[in-house]
Amino acid sequence: MIRFIPILLISFFLLTSCHKDSDDDIVLTDITLNFSHSWNDTSITNSDFNDIKFTNAKGDLLSIERLRYLISKITFHKSDGSTLVLEGYNLVDLTNNENLSFTPITKIPLDSYSDVTFTFGFNNEDNIDGAYNDLNAASWNVPTMLGGGYHYMQFDGKFINSINEAQGFNYHVIRAADNAGDNPTFPQDTFFTVSLGATTITNNTAFNVEMNIAEWFKNPNTWDLNVLNQMLMPNSAAQIMMFENGQNVFSLKPIE
Amino acid sequence: MKKWLSYNLILGLICLSCSNESVETAYVPTPSPLQIPQLFEANILAPVIPTDNPQTLEGIMLGEKLFFDPILSADNTQACADCHAPENAFTDSDRFSDGINGFLGERNSMPLFNLAWNYDEKFFWDGRVFSLEHQAFQPVTDPIEMNSSWVNVEEKLQQDSEYPNLFNKAFGTSKIDSTLITKAIAQFERTLISANSKFDRHLLGTETLTPEELNGFNVFMDETKGDCFHCHGNANNPLWTDNLFHNNGLDALFTDLGLGTTTGDPADNGKFKSPSLRNLAFTAPYMHDGRFETLDDVINHYSEGLQNSSTIDPLMKQVAQGGVKLSTEDKSDLKSFLLSLTDQEFTNNSTLKTN
Repeated sequence: MIRFIPILLISFFLLTSCHKDSDDDIVLTDITLNFSHSWNDTSITNSDFNDIKFTNAKGDLLSIERLRYLISKITFHKSDGSTLVLEGYNLVDLTNNENLSFTPITKIPLDSYSDVTFTFGFNNEDNIDGAYNDLNAASWNVPTMLGGGYHYMQFDGKFINSINEAQGFNYHVIRAADNAGDNPTFPQDTFFTVSLGATTITNNTAFNVEMNIAEWFKNPNTWDLNVLNQMLMPNSAAQIMMFENGQNVFSLKPIE
Repeated sequence: MKKWLSYNLILGLICLSCSNESVETAYVPTPSPLQIPQLFEANILAPVIPTDNPQTLEGIMLGEKLFFDPILSADNTQACADCHAPENAFTDSDRFSDGINGFLGERNSMPLFNLAWNYDEKFFWDGRVFSLEHQAFQPVTDPIEMNSSWVNVEEKLQQDSEYPNLFNKAFGTSKIDSTLITKAIAQFERTLISANSKFDRHLLGTETLTPEELNGFNVFMDETKGDCFHCHGNANNPLWTDNLFHNNGLDALFTDLGLGTTTGDPADNGKFKSPSLRNLAFTAPYMHDGRFETLDDVINHYSEGLQNSSTIDPLMKQVAQGGVKLSTEDKSDLKSFLLSLTDQEFTNNSTLKTN
C-alpha cells in the first residue's frame, strides 16, 4: 500500500494540474487602437496644422489648430450577445501627438467577435463631473451650468469668412444641454457608438481607426462656419448636428 | 588557538571601524514629501518630482537659503527673491525687473507657486526650459539679471563657512556644483504651494461666496461671456491655468515672439504661457510684459481690446469687434471672482526667510 501512496499523490497533482490547464486554454492578449487622421483621402498629422489649406463641404477654407477627443468603453461583442467591456478611456491629442495609440489595461481572450465598438466621448453614466483626475488636469471639463462632465472633442481652427478674413472657430462637442444654469435639461444624447465590425482577435491585435476630419462638416449637415463658428457649447441644436455628422467620421483601416 | 583569537579580534576591529565610517559619511537626508492640498489630491494628478531629486528636509532648507541669498549674483547684491518676493506671490511689483547692473528685462517676472503641477515642465513665459531644475540655471548667468558665472558661484559657496556642510547634509557631498545648487533651489520652489483661497474654502464647504463672486464665476465659465475656463481651468482644476501657450490677442504685430522664439515655428509667434489666476491681488502688473497695471485693464482687454493676428488663439471670441463686450456688472463680478482666488496665507507665510 505504501508503494501506492506516491503514485496516488503524483496522479492527484497531475489531475489538478490538468484541470488548471483546461482553464488556461483561454489565452488573453492585449489589443491596441491606433488613431490616424485624414482630410478626405489625404492623411494629416499635426504638421498640417496652423495652415488655412483645407476646404470643407460648404466650400470654406479652414485650418486646424487644436484637435483633442475622447473615446471610451471599448467593447467586444460575442455572437451569443455577451459583451466584454474594457476599462479606461483615451484622450487623443493630435495637437501634441499624444495618446495616438491606446492599449487598455484589460486583456481579452483570443476569439472571434461579432463586433468591436467604442464610445465617442463618455456615455451619460460615465460622464461624471470632476470624476477623472487626468482629465481635470487637462482642463477637459464642461461647465456645470451645461451639465458638467467632460468635452467629447475640442476642434479649434480658423476659417476664411464671408468678408475674406480669417476668423476662429471652436467645434467643441459635448452633451447637448438646454436651459444653462442650475438645472440644465438634455434634449438628446450626443455621445455615440462607433462600430469597427466583426473581427477575430489574434495575439496583440491592433485596430487602425481613422478619423476623417472633413466629415464633421459634411454629412448630413453641410456645416456653415459663417453661421456656426464659436460659442457652440450652449447651442444644443449645433451639438445635435455635430452628433449627426459624427456618425461617419470614423472608419477602420485594415488590421495589421 | 591564540593566533586565531588575534586574527578574529583584528577582523572585528576592522569591521567595527568600517561600520563607524559608514555611519559618518552615509547620505541620509530626511525625506520631506510635498504636503499636497486636499483639492489637489482629490482633483488632479500627482505633482512632478524628479526621481533624481526627491524632496528632503535638508535639500529644501538649503534651497530656501540659496533662494534668498544674494551670493548667487556676481556682486552679491541680488537674490532670486529680489524679483520673486514672497509678499508678491513670488513675483515682482515692477513691470520689468532690474538686474545687478540696473538693466531692465523685457518680460514681467513670473509668480512662483504650484510649480510641481506644471505637468509639461515647460518654464518661463516662452517655455524655453524643460524642468524646474534647469530653469534655475538661467537667471544666475543672465547678463541682465545676476550676471554671474557658475564657476564663480560655486567657488563663493565652496569658500563659505556654512554652505559646504549644508550641501553635505542635503546631498551627501560638500563638493558644491551648479547641478546641486539648482536641485536645492528646485526642491524649495516645489514647496511653494498655494491652495487656501476663499474659492478653495468655498469648494471645501467652509466659506460662502458673495452673489457677485458667484456671478463672476459664471461669467468665467460661460462660453458666451468670459470663456476663461478653456485656458485657465475650472472648479475641478485648482491650478487655474492650463500651463500651455496662447496668443491672447495683445498685439497685431509682435515685438516679442514668445514661444515662437523657442520653437522657431512662426505659428507659435506671439504665444505666451497662461499664468495661474491665483493671487492676482499680489501679482500686478499683468501679462508677459506687464503692460496692464490693473485687473480692470486685463478684463477690458478681453472684453473689447483684442488685436487680431495670424496666430491669435481661436478661443478668442468676436475678435473683429475687439471681444465679447461684457456688461459693466459682469466685469465687476468677474473681478470679484478672480480676487476670491487670493491666498493670504501663502503670501503671509512667516516661515519663509527673507535674510
